[in-house]
Amino acid sequence: MTRIVIFGATSAIAQAAARQWAAAGGACFVLVGRNETALGDIAADLTARGAEDVIAKPADLAVLDGLSRLCAEAEEALGGIDIALIAHGVLPDQVEVTASADNLLENLGVNALSPAALMVEFGRLMKDRGHGSLVVISSVAGDRGRPSNWAYGGAKAMLSVMGEGMGLELDSAGVNVVVVKPGFVDTPMTADFPKGPLWASADQVAGAIVRAVGKRRNGVIYAPAWWRFVMLIVRFAPAFIVRRL
Amino acid sequence: MSNDFQSWGRFPAAPHQKAVAWRDRRHMPMLGDGPVLARGNGRSYGDVCLNDGGTLLTTRALDKFILFDAEAGELVCEPGVLLSDILDLIVPKGWFLPVVPGTRLVTVGGAIANDVHGKNHHRFGTFGTNVLDFRLLRSDGTALSCSRDENAELFTATIGGLGLTGLIAEVRLKLRPIASSYLEGEQFRFDTLDEFFALSEGSEASHEYTAAWIDCLAEGDRLGRGHFMRANHAADGGLDPATRSLPLAVPLTPPLSLVTRVSLRVFNTLYYERQRVHEVSRRWHFDPYLFPLDSIANWNRLYGPKGFLQYQCVVPDNEARAASAELLKEISRSGQGSPLVVFKTFGDVASPGLLSFPMKGATLALDFPILGKRTFELLDRLDGIVAEAGGRLYPAKDARMSVEMFEKGFPALDRFMKQIDPAFESGFQRRVMGRA
Ligand SMILES: Cc1cc2nc3c(=O)[nH]c(=O)nc-3n(C[C@H](O)[C@H](O)[C@H](O)COP(=O)(O)OP(=O)(O)OC[C@H]3O[C@@H](n4cnc5c(N)ncnc54)[C@H](O)[C@@H]3O)c2cc1C
Repeated sequence: MTRIVIFGATSAIAQAAARQWAAAGGACFVLVGRNETALGDIAADLTARGAEDVIAKPADLAVLDGLSRLCAEAEEALGGIDIALIAHGVLPDQVEVTASADNLLENLGVNALSPAALMVEFGRLMKDRGHGSLVVISSVAGDRGRPSNWAYGGAKAMLSVMGEGMGLELDSAGVNVVVVKPGFVDTPMTADFPKGPLWASADQVAGAIVRAVGKRRNGVIYAPAWWRFVMLIVRFAPAFIVRRL
Repeated sequence: MSNDFQSWGRFPAAPHQKAVAWRDRRHMPMLGDGPVLARGNGRSYGDVCLNDGGTLLTTRALDKFILFDAEAGELVCEPGVLLSDILDLIVPKGWFLPVVPGTRLVTVGGAIANDVHGKNHHRFGTFGTNVLDFRLLRSDGTALSCSRDENAELFTATIGGLGLTGLIAEVRLKLRPIASSYLEGEQFRFDTLDEFFALSEGSEASHEYTAAWIDCLAEGDRLGRGHFMRANHAADGGLDPATRSLPLAVPLTPPLSLVTRVSLRVFNTLYYERQRVHEVSRRWHFDPYLFPLDSIANWNRLYGPKGFLQYQCVVPDNEARAASAELLKEISRSGQGSPLVVFKTFGDVASPGLLSFPMKGATLALDFPILGKRTFELLDRLDGIVAEAGGRLYPAKDARMSVEMFEKGFPALDRFMKQIDPAFESGFQRRVMGRA
C-alpha cells in the first residue's frame, strides 16, 4: 500500500499525478485543498480509478498557523505517509502583487512559506521513519529573475534551493526529495496564455513526477526533461537578453 | 481562436467563435451575449460542433469519473470524459462499452448528442440506447434528471439532440461484460454487392461486429467489391486495455490534398488485392479492429487545406440493395471519393432518440476531398437517390445538406423542436433548422 498526501490537490498537475498513482493500484490518499466540493469530486474520481481510500481535508493553505496540525492529521489518518506532494501555489499578477508590501507578503505566504513549512514537517517525519518521498512543485521561473514574474520566481527559487539541500541532507536517512520544475503547462492557471510548441500537458508533467518517485530520484527534475537545457541557456544568458524574456 | 475549433472535416470555416471552458458540472457557465453550444472533442465532421458568431462551451475539462460499479457494470461520469479513458478504466475489470464509434477519441457528451453507432448496431443499438440517465442543465437555470421515466421527452430529445437541448452534465452508462480484450472472426473478400448482402445477413445472428470496406472506384461487374469483416469478443487472451505506443502523426497540412484520383485508384486496387483468398480467420486486439484510424493522429490533414466532406447516408431495408448500387455507380462514375469507405447494415434495435440517425437498412460512409463545385454537385445527386429511397443523412457528418433533405429524413423534427433550449444554437441548426 502507498500512502500519499497531496497539498493543493485540485491543481491540474496534482490531479493528474494522483490519477496515475490511483490507477497503479494500492494507493490511499489524503487530499488537502480549499474547495470542498472539488475535493469531493476528485475523491470520487480517484476511487473509481482504483484508489483504496481517499480522505478529503478542506483547508486554506495560506493560513500558516494550522499547517503543523494539518501534517499531523494527515499522518494520523493514513498511519504514516510514504509520498507527500506539495503542489499548491498561485500564479499572481505581477503588477498587483508588487503594488504593496502587504500584497507581496501575502503572496509569499502561500507560494513560499506555506510549502516550505510543509517540507520541513514532512522532511522530519519521514526522516524519523527512515523512508519517504517528498515532492515539491517549483518552477523554471525560479531559475532566473525575469522582469515580468520575479515575485513568483523568487518564491519558487526558495523552494528549489530548500528542496535540493534537504534532498542532500536526507538521502542517507532513506528520504528522497524531488524538486519538480515544470516548463509551460497547459492548465486552468495558464488558460489565458496563447499556447505554442513549448507547452506540455499536466499529464506529461505528472508522468515525470510519478516516474521520479518510482525511481526514488533525489534532486531537481525538469518536466519535460529538455527544459533543463533551455534553462541552462537562460541561466547563462546575459542580462540584456533576459530583460526581453 | 478560429484555428483551435474547427470540425474534423475542416469545413466550413468558423472564424468568429469564442470559447469558454465549462469547469463546474453543477452549473452552466455564465452566458454572455449570443448563442452557445457545447463542444466535445471536435470529432464531428461538419457544423454540428461549430457555432460561428457564438460561443463554444468546451467540455474537456469535465473529465472525472463519478462512480464505477464493477459489480453491476455501471459507470457514472462527467460529459467530457473520452471513451478512450473509459475503456482504459473498465477493460481490465472485464467490462466494455456496449457501443463505440470508429474512434475512441470522442467524449461521452458528444456520443450522446450524436447518438453514435458502431459496428454492432444490430446487437446493441446506438450509444444512447445504452444510456440509463443523465442530468441536463438548461439556460433557465434548471438542472433536470432525465431518463426513460423522468423528463422522458427531454431524454429522447437530447439523445441525438445535436447539443441543442442544453448541457449534458452527468451520465450513467450501462456496460457490458467481456471475457477478453481480443476479438475473433473472419475477413472475406467479396466481388459484388449481392455477395456483401448475403455475407451481412448470414453474419448478423452469429457475429456481433460486422462492417465492410468497399472500393468506391470499381465499376461494371466489379461494382461493390470489397472486404467484409466480422468478429465476436473472444473467450480468452487477457484483459489488457490497448498497449498503445505514441501514434504516428500527420505533422502539417500539405498544400494540396494527397488523396487524388490516381493515388485513390492505386490504393484501392492494392488494398482490394491484398487479400488473395476468399476467407481468412483472424484474431485482433479490439483497439486496431474497432479504432483503426486512431493510430494516425491528425489524418484529416491529408486532405489538404480545403478540407473534406464525409457523406454518410442510410437507406431502408427494402430499398437497400437497389439504392446502394445506384449510389456506388454515381460515385465511381464521378471518380471522386477516398479510400475511407465503410458499408454496413443496421439492425432494428430502436434508439430512444428523436433525431437518431440509424434505421434498419444499409449505411454507406465515405470521405470526399473538396474539389469545388463538382464535389457538392455529386453529393446533391447522391441526396436525390437517398431521398427517393426514403433514407436520410447523418448530421454528425454533414456540412451541406439542404433544409428539405433534413426535414424529409427526420419526421420527428417538430416534436424535437419543442425541446430545444433557446440559448443554444449551432452552425448546423442555423443552416437546416433556421426557420424555427
Ligand atoms: C475517425 C472517426 C470515425 C468515426 N466513426 C463513427 C462511427 O463509426 N459511428 C458514429 O456514429 N460516428 C462516428 N464518428 C463521428 C463521431 O463519433 C461523432 O461526431 C461524435 O459525436 C463526436 O464526439 P465529440 O466528443 O468529438 O463531440 P463534438 O464533435 O465536439 O460535438 C458533437 C455534438 O455533441 C454536442 N455535445 C458535446 N458535448 C455535449 C454536452 N456535454 N452536452 C450537450 N451536447 C454536447 C455538441 O454540441 C455537438 O452538437 C467518427 C468520427 C471520426 C473522426
